[in-house]
Amino acid sequence: MATAAETSPSTVQKISLLRVLGPAHVWALGVGIVLVGEFTGWNFSADKGGALAALIVCWLVGLLYTSVAMIDSEVTSTVAAAGGQYAQAKHIVGPLMAFNVALYLVFAYTMLEVSDAILAGDLITQVATENGAVGLNHNPFLVLSIVVLAWLNYRGILMTLNINFIITALAYASIVILFFSVQPWSQGVVLKLGEMVTPENALPYGWIGVVAAFQFGIWYYLGIEGTTQAAEEVRSPARSLPYGTMSGMITLLIAAALTWYVAASLLPWQHLGVTFFPLYDAAVATGSPILKFLMFWGTVLSALASANGCINDAGRAWFSLGRDRYLPTWFSAVHPKYRTPYRSILFLMPIALAFAFISDLNQAITFSILSGLLQYTFMSINIIMFRNKWPLGSIRRGYTHPFHPLPAVVLLVLCVVTYFAVFLGFGAQLTAMVIFYIIVSLWFHFYRYQYVRRGDQFTMPWPKPRGY
Amino acid sequence: MAKYTPPEQSKAMQFVDIAFLLIAIFAALWLPLKAGYVGVSKVEEKIDNPTWESLKQTPGQVAQWEKLGYDPAKAYGEIQNRYDYTISWGNLGLMIVVIGGYFVFLFRASDKEYREVIAEKFGDGK
Repeated sequence: MATAAETSPSTVQKISLLRVLGPAHVWALGVGIVLVGEFTGWNFSADKGGALAALIVCWLVGLLYTSVAMIDSEVTSTVAAAGGQYAQAKHIVGPLMAFNVALYLVFAYTMLEVSDAILAGDLITQVATENGAVGLNHNPFLVLSIVVLAWLNYRGILMTLNINFIITALAYASIVILFFSVQPWSQGVVLKLGEMVTPENALPYGWIGVVAAFQFGIWYYLGIEGTTQAAEEVRSPARSLPYGTMSGMITLLIAAALTWYVAASLLPWQHLGVTFFPLYDAAVATGSPILKFLMFWGTVLSALASANGCINDAGRAWFSLGRDRYLPTWFSAVHPKYRTPYRSILFLMPIALAFAFISDLNQAITFSILSGLLQYTFMSINIIMFRNKWPLGSIRRGYTHPFHPLPAVVLLVLCVVTYFAVFLGFGAQLTAMVIFYIIVSLWFHFYRYQYVRRGDQFTMPWPKPRGY
Repeated sequence: MAKYTPPEQSKAMQFVDIAFLLIAIFAALWLPLKAGYVGVSKVEEKIDNPTWESLKQTPGQVAQWEKLGYDPAKAYGEIQNRYDYTISWGNLGLMIVVIGGYFVFLFRASDKEYREVIAEKFGDGK
């Protein structure tokens, strides 16, 4: 088996990832990963701060992710390599940061994949039980979804993302159909926003609840930055990545607003805050069997699309670590026929399965959010370093985002607010996770880095960075 | 700068590295679950024999609860369990120190490694 980092270029031809993707695939990858956030997860922000807090953070966290998408589009359209933010960190900050960023990606996506599998398994089990099934367990559904999707990813990225495009579009259509079916223009007929969200219960914890709600507000959009993982497999990174990412962000902002409006108008905020299936429950509250059927499939398809994209992204981040010798080079193998990072995909599969069995939905979601948050903190600093080391005009950029450094500052401020939000309820978990990153960082810096080829870490055809 | 040639790593040591990372990953994700650090325990505001009125639900809200298949006893747990946002300043300080220390170390150590990368890639030239 050819292993990219083990073979000598002079003796064996390198097997690389295939450049077969266009902007629609980038959209499908980003929206596919994230759309499940409308079907579950975002609503826990209502639990932390009330229904109005969930809406406020929908907008403010939307601002955070718009900053993420703008920054990411510029850097990734310029650093077009598998691993996305990992490759960015390697070229702009340094190897240790790159190692950490890759772990953020792997953790965020693997735990998101776990959340997706749990969501699909739980909903299928619940609906089957409601329809008379007895003694049903969600475990077989967890295994089936994770294993089948890993196999799909093993077989090739083009088929994987073509399927993702279709099921993501179907899941998105289910939200739009639900929205128009409940006559959103006629409050009081089906929707009862004025009765569900009142001045007395809109912010039950006051403004501290709004801050606390930031934690799960992240879930509205978590994963849109995953579009960059496909950088090495798109035909035209400079065009496809900004188009795919920004159109994906617009798609999600619309979906988030529709979702909040329908769910908050149909469900009491206390139930909205704790249910695992807010849109499915909203359909139940309409009393329409057709909408119930539709939202069942919308939820399941969104979960599968998200898990599918997560396996794709986590596998590529892990593959990149092996290729650069940050991890054993065994992981850097590319399948000779399917041209996929198959060892990395297979290695991460049992880890996802293990956590699907031992954690529940909001725990898995919290793990994913924490890793995402660390990554966004990095991105806000990364873009400032990028512009300082290579000012505009010094290198060719595929896309230049406007208003710099405003998006970076907004992103950093919102990250700090979100750290505090996580502290309000999940502080011990955040501290434990950061201690993990400190330990593995020490391991990398003082031990593993000896195996890294220094000059090979910089592969872009750029001039020497300013200040070095 | 002279080109750095890394040592070859034996297959056994590659396996040890993979095992270390696996253990670290499971420790980071599983131990907080096992130790009960995950999630937050809410405070229950107790009401005996709950009714929709005592749970402060309006007629419109009651109608939606009932469409979802809830009665006051079943809805009680969802309505009466609430977060406690009393701030522990000691824990907040610890979290700030840990996160701040982590990022400071990360950027400083990365910069040291990055200088080696740039020196080997570009030498002293422009």
